[in-house]
Amino acid sequence: MNDATHPLIENLNALATGLFLLTAFGIIATRQARGCLNLFIVQSLLLAASAALLGLRFDSAHLYGVALVNAVSKPVIVPWLLRRVASAELYTRREIDQVLNIPTTLLIALALAIGAYFLGVPLAAAVDASVPTPNVPVGIAGLLLGAFTLTVRREALPLLIGLLAMENGAFLAGIAMARDLSMLVELAIATDGLVIVFIVGVLVRAVAQQVGSTAVGDLASLKETPTVSPPYEELG
Amino acid sequence: MSDRVLFNLLQVAVVLAFAPLVSGVLSRLKEMVQSKRGPSILQPYRDLWKLFHKDEIVSEESSWIFRFTPYLVFVTPIFVALLIPVLTSYPLFFAFMGDMLGGGFVLALGGFFATLAAVDSANPYGPIGASRTRMVGFLAEPVFMIVFFTVSFVAGSTIPYIVQQHWASAPDFFTPSHVLLVLAFLMLILAEGGRIPVDNPTGHFELAMIDESKSLEYSGRGFALMKWGGQMKFFVLLCIFLNVLVTPWGLAAEQHWSAVLLAIPLVLLKIFALILVLVVIESSLAKLRLFRIAEFLGAAFITSVAAMIAQVFG
Repeated sequence: MNDATHPLIENLNALATGLFLLTAFGIIATRQARGCLNLFIVQSLLLAASAALLGLRFDSAHLYGVALVNAVSKPVIVPWLLRRVASAELYTRREIDQVLNIPTTLLIALALAIGAYFLGVPLAAAVDASVPTPNVPVGIAGLLLGAFTLTVRREALPLLIGLLAMENGAFLAGIAMARDLSMLVELAIATDGLVIVFIVGVLVRAVAQQVGSTAVGDLASLKETPTVSPPYEELG
Repeated sequence: MSDRVLFNLLQVAVVLAFAPLVSGVLSRLKEMVQSKRGPSILQPYRDLWKLFHKDEIVSEESSWIFRFTPYLVFVTPIFVALLIPVLTSYPLFFAFMGDMLGGGFVLALGGFFATLAAVDSANPYGPIGASRTRMVGFLAEPVFMIVFFTVSFVAGSTIPYIVQQHWASAPDFFTPSHVLLVLAFLMLILAEGGRIPVDNPTGHFELAMIDESKSLEYSGRGFALMKWGGQMKFFVLLCIFLNVLVTPWGLAAEQHWSAVLLAIPLVLLKIFALILVLVVIESSLAKLRLFRIAEFLGAAFITSVAAMIAQVFG
């Protein structure tokens, strides 16, 4: 690339990472399983866009590969797999539970994001001066917010999406810091991600069929006999 | 010098003249989306004309606040219109009288007195709506602050003209912090203007009212002033949003009457484009339940803080 277009590419990359951060907040705060999944799809597309822009910036065919893998596996195959395996959980349930209420969750998430910036900016500078600055802190923030999603959500599918969002965050930081990782690793991770989705999906379906719900918060005690889930008993 | 004063007064005249038109176009377009014909876009002018010729009835129980408030609500947007770039890209006579924070506080003063007046009238629905308005208001306040402080980080000033010139000439127009700021400010306009995800401007059910309930007890001239003031406040917010943050182009750069007059249709065109966006938002979203409003404004807050950390650390 000639030097004149670098600022533009870096701006577009910064824009993609900024929106990536917003989707990470959205995954924590949306109330609906569908919305959660849609935000995850957008996040994966933004990750692919950032990888493609960095590929353009550093002339790296490898990063184009990352972009392609991310643009195909997460926005297309993951929703398809989930629809095949766990469509009832995803498409019939509208609202999902949280441990904390949403404003509190968002404030804690905000503190995590600011912490990620404190951590990520010096880290990016320490690795290499040419590392594009927004990727590393936003990636770490994505990682932390994904982990936070795992702690506050109480249902299986949003938990799965939180796990995948963590992986997205790690990728976003990774593509900026280690630009010449072997393609094999990326493909392996992408395949692993799909296998995880598949296994968790099957598990979710099995649990849902046995217990009637996948609300993790209600599964605190063991039961000897398979009965209907606690919410139904409370209603009766 | 005298030109600059005159242009400044022309800005006020433009805000006065076209604010009802904006609300008329907005409601007409919304009706058209719903496959209805809708009222004429000139209906708000006819409403104002009718109300100014009607008798005004004031409750004996109310105090001076009730009588004073319509004038304040009417005058505060005019003050703000003196401070912001409505038509020109160079500072006018009163431009340095106050910055965006000052403008925000002047607008908030009108809102504060409108709330007081709603409590002052002994109408039971007034205080309900007033307390709701305050809830939306105090949740929106931190977003306002952070948006303006981030703007001042970027442009080095909170005077709207200087910010506008910074962004009109900036090479880094689509930085992440800028885009996030625009998003946060758009959510703020929806909340402050009483538009649909937060409040339903066409609803006439008293128990669900937020913004409308403040003018329930007004009639005649007082009601006309409240209405016109609300429309001007919305117009002024749109002007700040468009001329300072989103599209800082198309304003008059020269000190000629022709250039300044040419800027009027350009600015109206920009506002029309934004109205189309607002119609899409309002027609595709449902009104939020009251306690979901905190989440909506929380999201706006998160967006604005994300803009700030992207600006400061990024």
